[in-house]
Amino acid sequence: MSANFVALAYLTAAVLFILALKGLSSPISARRGNLFGMVGMGLAVLTTLTVTHNWKYILIAITVGGTVGAVIARRIEMTAMPELVAAMHSLVGLAAVLIAMAAFNNPLAYGIGATLHASNRIELFIGTFVGAITFTGSIIAFGKLSGKLGSKPLRFAGQHWLNLLLGVLMIAFGIAFFITQSWTPFLIMTAIAMLIGVLLIMPIGGADMPVVISMLNSYSGWAAAGIGFTLNNNMLIIAGSLVGSSGAILSYIMCRAMNRSFFNVILGGFGGAADAGADSGDGVQKVYRSGSADDAAFLMGNADSVIIVPGYGLAVARAQHAINEMSKALTAKGVKVRYAIHPVAGRMPGHMNVLLAEAEVPYEQVVEMDEINNEFADTDVVLVIGANDVVNPSAKNDKSSPIYGMPILDVYKARTVLVVKRSMATGYAGLDNELFYMDKTMMVFGDAKKVVEDIIKSLA
Amino acid sequence: MTGAVDPFVLNLTVFVLAIFIGYHVVWNVTPALHTPLMAVTNAISGIIIVGAMLAAGPEKFDIGTVLGLVAVTLAAVNVFGGFLVTQRMLDMFKKKNK
Repeated sequence: MSANFVALAYLTAAVLFILALKGLSSPISARRGNLFGMVGMGLAVLTTLTVTHNWKYILIAITVGGTVGAVIARRIEMTAMPELVAAMHSLVGLAAVLIAMAAFNNPLAYGIGATLHASNRIELFIGTFVGAITFTGSIIAFGKLSGKLGSKPLRFAGQHWLNLLLGVLMIAFGIAFFITQSWTPFLIMTAIAMLIGVLLIMPIGGADMPVVISMLNSYSGWAAAGIGFTLNNNMLIIAGSLVGSSGAILSYIMCRAMNRSFFNVILGGFGGAADAGADSGDGVQKVYRSGSADDAAFLMGNADSVIIVPGYGLAVARAQHAINEMSKALTAKGVKVRYAIHPVAGRMPGHMNVLLAEAEVPYEQVVEMDEINNEFADTDVVLVIGANDVVNPSAKNDKSSPIYGMPILDVYKARTVLVVKRSMATGYAGLDNELFYMDKTMMVFGDAKKVVEDIIKSLA
Repeated sequence: MTGAVDPFVLNLTVFVLAIFIGYHVVWNVTPALHTPLMAVTNAISGIIIVGAMLAAGPEKFDIGTVLGLVAVTLAAVNVFGGFLVTQRMLDMFKKKNK
């Protein structure tokens, strides 16, 4: 097949990928968009297959990997999406490293020429170390998200200096590779990059995972683009850049939602913030009001409008379906029910929307923070369930609070606030929440699912 | 100003323009679909499978071919897993649209 034909097929595939992302601007066009993406990928793979020799082995490899991927995609629980995404980032990273090694081993296979030009060597270096950092960093992120590693940040003195030293060493070996074109500096450089990946993600705490996962999403794209440069393959460059910028934008959105700079997250300093804040726990017992599920049902059943604020605690308690039943029961009584979603309500961007969609909550009822914040003041009852820091008013009015400046849902403006929680324990940031002590707030203690089920019974 | 342009410069041109496209397209994605966005970009970054296939492609079978085949397998997990899990999520958003 002629090189021009291949290049045109790649161009078509790249356009289809852009359409796939464009489709996600609304849930209605999204499914068609995903189909475009699949067609684009199919076209790219088939076209490439015609220019390779070992197509039998390649087909076997695709079948094996594809089967594993398909089975995982079918079985994975929606609460485990962040882990899955992290695991997949690591695969892209490792694949990038392997391809770079293969390219170095046999440049002719890619039409680079028998020897590597100066620019090829630089591209190989960049593609490899981005891939290596993505690979190990994502494994650590996966470990933290799936609870295998513990989400506590791991820090030690001189950490940043160590990272800096390793970074300098990595570049030094990269230069050695550039000059000598031999395997030893190449492999050492790759190993150092892998170590950096581990050290970068280890110190980042559980609450910052939405940023980390978006960042690694971005890296996996840049790794693909880097390989595209090495292979002079425009489609890899385009697809990689799309993914890279997508991840970068998501990181930015997540940072903004937590009012933190990107560097602040990467260099650590949150997660273990209990030492900085939590000053209100100075022995004074504050007074709060608590009530039963029946009281909550009575209040909501007699309201005109109810806004539900779900947090990750809701998903942990597997109460999504129950909460949908509850809203149906309320709607049947003529109550206007909506859900308010904070951008960091789950473990990854948009996570809570997927969890609610899985429970068949109509997406018209699910409203983003910026759109619903003005409406809390006109709302009779707000039910906060499994959320804490994202409704903490001290982010607005307490300059000494570590979360000061973080955008929150203005739940405190509502006429009545119900909070479902296991206990008075603090949230991720380790902060006390003055919302719980307001006169109009009623605490309902217990497991989220149990409480919601009791409310449903009481409403019936 | 005569002579052929270095491929690197052409690549860089494509790279910069693609970043601009990505920037504008992704800002238009509705926040409710950010998780499917991540899943589908995961599948798209599986495009690295093309590079892996080329690595596995040469007639001469050596260590590079093996590395390529391993990379094909890894990338295939992403391609299939990514697109299918995205489809599954988007189907959930569709159900209530009756």
